Amino acid sequence: MMRAVFPFAAIVGQEDMKLAMMAAAVDQGIGGVLVFGDRGTGKSTTIRALAALLPTMKVMDGCRYHCDPAVSDLWCEACRTAGDGKAVTAPVPVVDLPLGATEDRLVGALDLERALAGSKVFEPGLLARANRGFLYIDEVNLLEDHLVDLLLDVAASGENVVEREGLSVRHPARFVLIGSGNPEEGELRPQLLDRFGLSVEVRTPRDLPTRIEVIRRRDGFERDPAGFTETWRKPQDKLRRRIVAARSRLPSVTVPDIALERAARLCMALGTDGLRGELTLIRTARAIAALDGDEEVADRHLRQIAPMVLGHRLRRNPLDDAVASTRVTRAVEELFG
Amino acid sequence: MTAGRAWIDALQATALFADDPVGLGGLCVRAGAGPVRDRFLALLWQALPAGMPVRRLPLHTGDDRLLGGLDLSATLQAGRPVVQKGLLAEADGGVLVLAMAERIDAGVGARLRAAMDSGSVTLHRDGLSRVLPARFGIVALDEGVQDEHPPASLLDRFAFLLDLTGVSLADLADVAPLPEAARSPPTDGATEAICHAAFALGIDSPHPPLLALRAARVAARLAGREQVAEADLALAARLVLAPRTMCLPPDGETRGEPEPAANAPDDPGDDPGDDAGNDLSAADKPLEDRVLDAAKAALPADLLSQLASTDAARGLVRAPGRAGQARFSIKRGRPVGTRPGDPRDGARLHLLETLKAAAPWQRLRGKTDRFKVCRQDFRIVRFRQRIGTTTVFAVDASGSAALNRLAEAKGAVELLLADCYVRRDQVALIAFRGNAATLLLPPTGSLPRAKRGLAGLPGGGPTPLAAGIEAAMTLAETIRRSGRTPVVTLLTDARANVARDGGTGRQHAEADAMASALTLRASGVAALLIDTSPRPNPFAARLAAEMRARYLPLPYADASSLSRAIREAGAA
Repeated sequence: MMRAVFPFAAIVGQEDMKLAMMAAAVDQGIGGVLVFGDRGTGKSTTIRALAALLPTMKVMDGCRYHCDPAVSDLWCEACRTAGDGKAVTAPVPVVDLPLGATEDRLVGALDLERALAGSKVFEPGLLARANRGFLYIDEVNLLEDHLVDLLLDVAASGENVVEREGLSVRHPARFVLIGSGNPEEGELRPQLLDRFGLSVEVRTPRDLPTRIEVIRRRDGFERDPAGFTETWRKPQDKLRRRIVAARSRLPSVTVPDIALERAARLCMALGTDGLRGELTLIRTARAIAALDGDEEVADRHLRQIAPMVLGHRLRRNPLDDAVASTRVTRAVEELFG
Repeated sequence: MTAGRAWIDALQATALFADDPVGLGGLCVRAGAGPVRDRFLALLWQALPAGMPVRRLPLHTGDDRLLGGLDLSATLQAGRPVVQKGLLAEADGGVLVLAMAERIDAGVGARLRAAMDSGSVTLHRDGLSRVLPARFGIVALDEGVQDEHPPASLLDRFAFLLDLTGVSLADLADVAPLPEAARSPPTDGATEAICHAAFALGIDSPHPPLLALRAARVAARLAGREQVAEADLALAARLVLAPRTMCLPPDGETRGEPEPAANAPDDPGDDPGDDAGNDLSAADKPLEDRVLDAAKAALPADLLSQLASTDAARGLVRAPGRAGQARFSIKRGRPVGTRPGDPRDGARLHLLETLKAAAPWQRLRGKTDRFKVCRQDFRIVRFRQRIGTTTVFAVDASGSAALNRLAEAKGAVELLLADCYVRRDQVALIAFRGNAATLLLPPTGSLPRAKRGLAGLPGGGPTPLAAGIEAAMTLAETIRRSGRTPVVTLLTDARANVARDGGTGRQHAEADAMASALTLRASGVAALLIDTSPRPNPFAARLAAEMRARYLPLPYADASSLSRAIREAGAA
């Protein structure tokens, strides 16, 4: 059952969230995106809309893990054995991991149907489907701990190792983790929080005209999904072209020393642990510069993305979560003037 | 708003809901079990179209029944996987009844929400992957008292929140639930009017205005109108928006004075069209204001006190009862052998053992090409999860504490360590002094390491009590996530003089310490506070009370009573 998806281009406001998604679409190495916020701010809508926006990719024909024909280092065993195969075009997978999924469907397990017929065959799970794409977890803070353990392990290694039911399989599993949730429902465990490259807080728009526009578009979509999607086809195509252009520009975007220094200073001023903050800062700034059509990373790019890169890396104050992004913004102001 | 009015509103909401349960999301009835609720539900079932599926969702339904899974017996018979639908998919096109909705856990709430948003259930369980249609409306029975409510994010997707707690049998009047088609002209700007009203009432989420629009359309259809009229908008604003009011509308008009008079609340034949129709002075107001007025007229009299209590409900009250605290897992831990069982709901099938169990019966089961496996052959993997205790010692090593017998405190901890070692507990050690807390020893079972860490503990500097409590709590949470039970033991003289932000000043520092203590209590971690001051410090006792910790002044505590106290705290 395929339901019409609300067009990404038609989402009102929520610029940070959209920017984070676009950046992750341009450079999948940025790491995941975490979207936390109020009820009904279009978190899930935006993420599902992203799937419809993404340009297609080249995959090995018939490969269950959609290996990239151009990168033979990361091929799965089957592709390696075959040597080379036909390259075909396929949509970038955006895979939903619903709450209540069981471990066997996440990592893959014995193919039940064929096991009943007497043969032992591995049936890939959601991690395999998400390879080279996005894995989306709504209500990520409610995900069961044993699944989180698995995800952390796979996300760190980029490879899914299955040792169960007499099967021994390994396959590539590189994906962009996208999580959304409502902090009122429960906290995210720190290790998982750390896996996300970017985190954005979304809020309900505060002004009446924006809200009316939100309701009007939503209502318009619900009453006539096909017509509404058609109306937004052009802006949608334009966005898609922007992502494609940014991807091809990305390798040539340069990072001047001054930008590196700024990033390092910012991280030091905020006392974030480790180098991950700086690396993500630079990587995301490059993606944003590429999206903007710029040749090199400048202050304005860093300024724009600093809160979403560093907000969740600050030391936690248990009584006050909202302060994190404000602290980043203040540090940015002090540093960049 | 009188009880009679509440009942009439409930009936009107019922009429709308019964017409489009899926589109309107849900209906929550807050009322104790009793004749009023029974009567209401009887009317609701009557109003629903014949043949519409109605499924009841008991409180502790597992994922296999909620979402669906593998139908074992059918699978074995057919020799291929057969899906068993869950309640959500079974309720497709109908109504799902949630009993005791106020006690529903966050996980079930999230699953319901996901199904409501997508109109389907995505099943990735027991080796199956399916998407099943699941479009349903929910009838939530909320028996909560005071601060107990169904999950807010679920209520957000319901059109109607009805409160029948104040309604008694005498108030029940049989009325025509919806007014006859009134002469109400069609109107433009419905979206703007509804958004404006929602905005003025402080309703942030976009779901309620969307639901109100739908409700207005249903009302128009039921009244035989092609287009939404003002009366429909007024009705929708009153039924959908008014119960969610978060702040009083900004204009200075005293709430509900002129309008209820015109509305004659006890008049059973009351027509909501009247709200705008018979009020001449209202007629020249813009539509937005008139819709808002309709919602305001329905605001309960004790709104302000209610608002205060919802605020309380959003705070710490929700924090305990978090998922998975004392859950015994069948999915985690070290595999230790197998046992017969049902390989669904996440339990892991042990294939080899299953086949071995089935093998001796093959001849009895008849000769075919296929290997025959029956239900009783299934073997599932057993896991053993160590549920041990980890005691987190947070030791105050400040100057004041050093003066007040830090050495004795160290001795006490050492005795406790020995005791923990005997019980195979783990210990962790945090010291706080100067302006921060440091983790001296991550959770370990090694007694010598713990002793070394403790012996090398220097004293001196001010007391960052808040930082110490927080560090202990963060560690305790990590321990809990790894499946062990944490117990926090705080050794301090409670003379806090460094605040969380590093600032000095006793008052500020004490306030911060109290706040941290409250967070610790909210996290539900068992705690023990050992007062190391020469004489029992009243602030330490208050702090202990705030974090619901057991309070033990050191002068009266010898090692054996300390050790007993920790054991008891761990068992609690």
